[in-house]
Amino acid sequence: MLSLLRWVIARDLTLAIRRRADVLTTLFFFVIVVTLFPLGVGPEMDTLRRMGAGVLWVAALLASMLSLGRLFAADHLDGTLEQFLLIPQSLSVVVLGKIIAHWLVSGVPLVLMAPIVGLQYGLSPTALLALLASLLLGTPILSAIGAIGAALTLGLRGGGVLVSLLVLPLYVPVLIFGAGAVDAAVSGLGAEAHLSLLGALLLLALVLSPWTAAVALRISIE
Amino acid sequence: MVPQKINWFKYSSPATFYFLAGKMIPWFAGAAVAFFAWGLYLGFFAAPTDAQQGEAYRIIFLHVPAAWMSMFIYVVMAGWAGLGLVLNTRLSSMMASALAPTGAMFTFLALWSGALWGKPTWGAYWVWDARLTSELILLFLYIGFMSLQATIEDPRRADRAGAVLALVGVVNVPIIYFSVRWWNTLHQGASVSLTQAPAMAAVMLQGMLVMALACWMYSIAVVLARVRCIILERERHSAWVAEFLEGERQ
Amino acid sequence: MIWGSMETFLAMGGYAFYVWGSYGMAIVLLAGEILLVVGRRRTTLRRLSLTRRMTAKDRNETAA
Repeated sequence: MLSLLRWVIARDLTLAIRRRADVLTTLFFFVIVVTLFPLGVGPEMDTLRRMGAGVLWVAALLASMLSLGRLFAADHLDGTLEQFLLIPQSLSVVVLGKIIAHWLVSGVPLVLMAPIVGLQYGLSPTALLALLASLLLGTPILSAIGAIGAALTLGLRGGGVLVSLLVLPLYVPVLIFGAGAVDAAVSGLGAEAHLSLLGALLLLALVLSPWTAAVALRISIE
Repeated sequence: MVPQKINWFKYSSPATFYFLAGKMIPWFAGAAVAFFAWGLYLGFFAAPTDAQQGEAYRIIFLHVPAAWMSMFIYVVMAGWAGLGLVLNTRLSSMMASALAPTGAMFTFLALWSGALWGKPTWGAYWVWDARLTSELILLFLYIGFMSLQATIEDPRRADRAGAVLALVGVVNVPIIYFSVRWWNTLHQGASVSLTQAPAMAAVMLQGMLVMALACWMYSIAVVLARVRCIILERERHSAWVAEFLEGERQ
Repeated sequence: MIWGSMETFLAMGGYAFYVWGSYGMAIVLLAGEILLVVGRRRTTLRRLSLTRRMTAKDRNETAA
């Protein structure tokens, strides 16, 4: 089972490295969205400092959602997905591998980029640290929940817009606890409570969503 | 003597249910009208003017039942959808599809009446109160469910995909509610809270319950009518529909 | 009767806009939903009997 998991992750990563442009597009989307906000709101550092965590988190939500379409689409088109359905091991493991690969490709670059972009918003070192921690815990949840949406809309016309409709409301708790962690750290309350709730959500998502997404995949392919 | 077992699966056949529902609709519709009349009488004539909120509080006779229905219908919808997914009964999935628009309607009504109640009471149409915000997210969940089912052409896949989404939503709704509540208490120290409302007079509670019953009866009637349409559309190639149409024309 | 006259009832103690705005929207939504369902039933029945007649005609023509 572990070897299957490793194989799926390695395979998806190889594919992603061969199509580097996709990864960079997501990353630049994130940076551009974050840059647009001050242009709309105004350059006052105080306002920006208060908004910073929220804006970065919303941008991370959108960026992670944008790349969901690629999660299963390519494998669906070339028939690999149907082969996955036939293997003796559980499909959930394959899905878990794909979720992890998706996070490594689209989540981790955002996490690494976030502190740099956060500086544009005048976030303090404590805030940046909390932001980094909350993104590190939160972005895998986005990939995990997103996998369900991607599986449900597989091969549908206009699936890209639809997946945002399905997935964004489910992202709300992650957004609240993620951005809340930064606020709590800034106000001196400490981000531990938020981060441990995010951790709990992450565990829940990692247990439930590969299985759910596997069920959804079977429904979509049959 | 062995008690005779009712064969519930008989009623899960769309053909049987189609005619059963047809017989039930007038009863539920009648009950809805009666309960609405009673509830509106209680709300507008029996209940006294509220000392703090004046007459504006009469909105709650609509708002609270609508909010209850919006959540209740979502759970019932997810239940039917889940049943359809597990047992593969077509009728349960059709029930789920028929419930969604009514649930979304009540969610919208709860938001609308909540805004109109909030303006005189809180001084703003929209407050980022935990309940209002979760209700809005519930509306998004309904819309997601309906758009997913509308986009999928194959009815079997639409049923099953919708079921997965509805069940994921049911798991998420409590998490969303608590996260929003937490977020709300963090951000608005001095905000008005619905939970601190003074104890309610018995007649107000009675009015709300009767109005809730009315909404319930209404929902059953309209959902049964809608599920009849869905049954006809889905079963159009079957023999009983042909027979039925033959009878309809004469 | 707690309302002296029709006017005081309609005025709702100065909250007419909010109270009637809520109940008015309820009437619009409920009536609209009922109309939509009735309309859906009518179009469904019409479409089904139309397709039935057309397939019956096709069958008769191929038989003849």
